[in-house]
Amino acid sequence: MIFEVRNAVCGYGSTPILSDISLEIESGNILCLLGPNGVGKTTLFKSMLGFLELISGSVLVDGENISSWSIRKTAKVIGYVPQVHTPTFPFTVLDVVAMGRVAHMGLFGSPGKEDLAEAMKMLERLGIEEYRDKVYTEISGGERQMVLIARALAQNPKILIMDEPTSNLDFGNQIRVLTQISTLADDGMAIIMTSHFPDHAFLCSSMVGLLQRGSKLLLGSASEIVTGENLKRAYGVDVRVIKENIADVGILKSCVPVIRQ
Amino acid sequence: MRLRIKGKIKNREHTAPIIVILTVVLIITAVVSMMLGRYMIKISDIIAVFEKHLFGLNTAFPAQSETVLINVRLPRILAAVFIGGALSAAGASYQGLFRNPMVSPDLLGASAGAGFGAVIALLFNLGLMQVQLIAFVFGIAAVAVTFTISGKVSRGDSSTLSLVLTGLVVSSLFQAFITIVKYVADPNSKLPTITYWLMGGLTTVSLDNLPLLVLPIVIGLIPMLLLRYKLNLLSFGDEEARAIGVDSKKLRMTYIIASTLATSASVASSGMIGWVGLVIPHLSRMLVGPNHKVMLPVSVLLGAVFMLLIDNVSRCLFDVEIPLSVLTALFGAPFFLSLLMKGKKGWA
Repeated sequence: MIFEVRNAVCGYGSTPILSDISLEIESGNILCLLGPNGVGKTTLFKSMLGFLELISGSVLVDGENISSWSIRKTAKVIGYVPQVHTPTFPFTVLDVVAMGRVAHMGLFGSPGKEDLAEAMKMLERLGIEEYRDKVYTEISGGERQMVLIARALAQNPKILIMDEPTSNLDFGNQIRVLTQISTLADDGMAIIMTSHFPDHAFLCSSMVGLLQRGSKLLLGSASEIVTGENLKRAYGVDVRVIKENIADVGILKSCVPVIRQ
Repeated sequence: MRLRIKGKIKNREHTAPIIVILTVVLIITAVVSMMLGRYMIKISDIIAVFEKHLFGLNTAFPAQSETVLINVRLPRILAAVFIGGALSAAGASYQGLFRNPMVSPDLLGASAGAGFGAVIALLFNLGLMQVQLIAFVFGIAAVAVTFTISGKVSRGDSSTLSLVLTGLVVSSLFQAFITIVKYVADPNSKLPTITYWLMGGLTTVSLDNLPLLVLPIVIGLIPMLLLRYKLNLLSFGDEEARAIGVDSKKLRMTYIIASTLATSASVASSGMIGWVGLVIPHLSRMLVGPNHKVMLPVSVLLGAVFMLLIDNVSRCLFDVEIPLSVLTALFGAPFFLSLLMKGKKGWA
């Protein structure tokens, strides 16, 4: 499967926020989108998901323009993992995950035995089956993020679009979620995610897209894109990329900001 | 693992008996309500009257029982059942739709609009039927106004927040109109009528005007009940619901239209009855959890039982009927407070 954004101009109404954006991702790859606040990452996401109509350009799945797809058909191909939030009502975890099956049900349908079994399978796949009967509003942020991933997986999509999957998570949970994302990609999922941490690009991504002011999107591998120079241009702060060869792990790279007093 | 899944499915089936139990409770309450009143009717007479009307049998019963039952009590009981169910379903839908457990069905101006329509009709001395019809039309018109203005405010996006805020404005505008009408109404004849009507009551319900109440409610309830599972998804927000595969805009529109039909018809025939649409969905959620698949039908049944009980108190407790809005507040407010004090997380 190839997911492609071609010469997209995105924005609200007729005011473009991003212009001429093109990117491409294949099954099994992870594209990590970086960029400062307010540069248009959310706008790009909303456009890729069809929440916002493109002003011009197109979003294609295997060459097919998805703008003509129904909401249901889109949901069967593209899964969306929103940022962790607290919903109003105390649904159980299994109920929340089973909601991901809605595109596979009839208009007046509700989850049947098969849908519940499918939801359960996704919880097992992520190793969180013991949360099944817990109340979604009462579990931790990291657990909730996992549940949201499980719900998106229950849609049976070919591509996952994740909005800052590590935001609001503690350090351990960030790494756990990133590990899970890598595993999903190894299983053949195409994943597009945003992050505020350039380090995450090193940790798990086949590609990096660095969005800069003025709609400039730098695309390439992590080592090509995540450089001190590029980060300084994008975020306006002094950053160095540190490279260390560590025995029994291999080469590790990390971004470290420089603060001069 | 398969065993555990089976266990869960069994758990889910536990909710089916609740619906059956509530249906039985509703029927019993309705039969008891038929017996109660200043003129008590024996259960055997009730059965006899029904046998005559349903199967054409001719068992002996006092003629007065038939008149009271068929012309007075039955319409009133049906009205209470439908109004209670409608307000609760509309309340539960709005709470899911607007992702806020503090929301009641008059959020978008349906009650205030219907109230204004009724008050105008009363001012011009129109008949009962016209009052109800005009109130109904004004209730729907008020929500339409809310919808149109909010669409303009948010430039076609019709976001939830602008909808709620516009609803607030439209409601208070119509409340002001009601006050103006009360102010100019003749204080000796019209003003009392208007005031009593606004307090809420089912005294005016009869076999003739019952369809004007029941029909819009049934038309509203059908889509609400059929689409109820998807209401769960809307409670996560429009964009999330859309990404999972639900046409959130259409679904929200459907629920708003259906709720408006039900609420406007209720207010038009019974006046402004508060609290039911707020408290009953909470109670239902406490009983069966937040999943609208079960919670919405439970709300409808509980609302019907509650309204029936309230109306019985209203007409039997004293020689003079107690306004319904007073009773729903007297029962609803302390109950709601006790819910708040229990402090259940997530408004369970």
